[in-house]
Amino acid sequence: MAAVLDIVSWVFVVGGVVFCLIGGYGLLKLKDVYARLHAASLIDTLGVGLILVGLMFQAGFTLVTAKLVLILVFIFFTTPTATHALARAAINHDVLPEVDTEEERELVRSTKTHTGTAE
Amino acid sequence: MMYAAAAAGVVVTMLMALVRALIGPNIYNRILAVNVFGTLSVMLIAIYGFVDGRPEFLDLAIVYALINFIGTIAVTKYVTFNDMGHGDDGDPAGDI
Amino acid sequence: MIQAIALAAALAGFWVLLSGYWLPLIIILGVASVLLCVFIAKRLEVADREGHPVHLTVPGLNYFPWLVKEIFVSNVIVAKAILFGGVRPQVLRVKASQSDELGQTVYANSITLTPGTVSIDVEDNHITVHAIMDDTADGLRTGEMDQKVCKLMGDAGPQSGSAKA
Repeated sequence: MAAVLDIVSWVFVVGGVVFCLIGGYGLLKLKDVYARLHAASLIDTLGVGLILVGLMFQAGFTLVTAKLVLILVFIFFTTPTATHALARAAINHDVLPEVDTEEERELVRSTKTHTGTAE
Repeated sequence: MMYAAAAAGVVVTMLMALVRALIGPNIYNRILAVNVFGTLSVMLIAIYGFVDGRPEFLDLAIVYALINFIGTIAVTKYVTFNDMGHGDDGDPAGDI
Repeated sequence: MIQAIALAAALAGFWVLLSGYWLPLIIILGVASVLLCVFIAKRLEVADREGHPVHLTVPGLNYFPWLVKEIFVSNVIVAKAILFGGVRPQVLRVKASQSDELGQTVYANSITLTPGTVSIDVEDNHITVHAIMDDTADGLRTGEMDQKVCKLMGDAGPQSGSAKA
């Protein structure tokens, strides 16, 4: 039984690490900051999620598992806020995404809410 | 120990994020890379606790997760307003 | 009031989780901290329906598994796109049919949490979304997530059927 749990745990952790590596590769490969946000969200959702679930299998029903659940919930609730704040900051400083049509670019520009002062 | 290999994978991803933070053409790429770096640090601390057989490290991971989020929001706010104490007095952007 | 009780329960659980001791002195200190935090939250008026939505707990049991499944599927799609190509960044506007700000926030956060789509602005029942490829953008255009969030919030749902591109 313990061996089965070890294998299941190991599969989950390796899956999470693979998603982390793909996200890191995307972080280097993709063209602009908005596209890289998607690579980062790959790491923040399934990368983190699978690693923590794998560690939960290893820990069993203990206080440790409760702490792992807590970390998972924290990261799941805070990541969208941080991502959205970063996207807003970039738009407010006229950093526009690389999109195909002028129409889409204008759509992004129209959401600008604050004339930033930083350089 | 197999978890050491997982930790190594996380460290490689952290290095990739670090490269992006160093070459990133503007401040937003750097904030993004540092945010990812922080999230992966949480993972590294958690995995290391299991490698070492000391799950008490998870307390550090929890605190690190919280500080990472607040740090990202604080830097983003500073970059936007040039001011950490900026209120939302009538400004539609508010606190971002 | 129910929000304050839920907040106190959550804080007490957090305390027990981090300390793990059952000595009388520690427990008394914990109870004092929880009461202080709840008092401050009440004075700041953050322990309300919006800041602490306990009424969503039961409908959430239906919504969260669906969201996790959706996150899993999008993760695989985006990972494939990063590795083998197919990335085409685009910006689109989708309709948010929720009746209040809490529902729209839940919808926008769900969009951001799903890899491949990031909500970059919310105004007047419309959300501007940056999508990384055609698949994830089309998945959002069907309006399925919009309907699910409406159901979660107990709203009537979109009148005109599908979301507008």
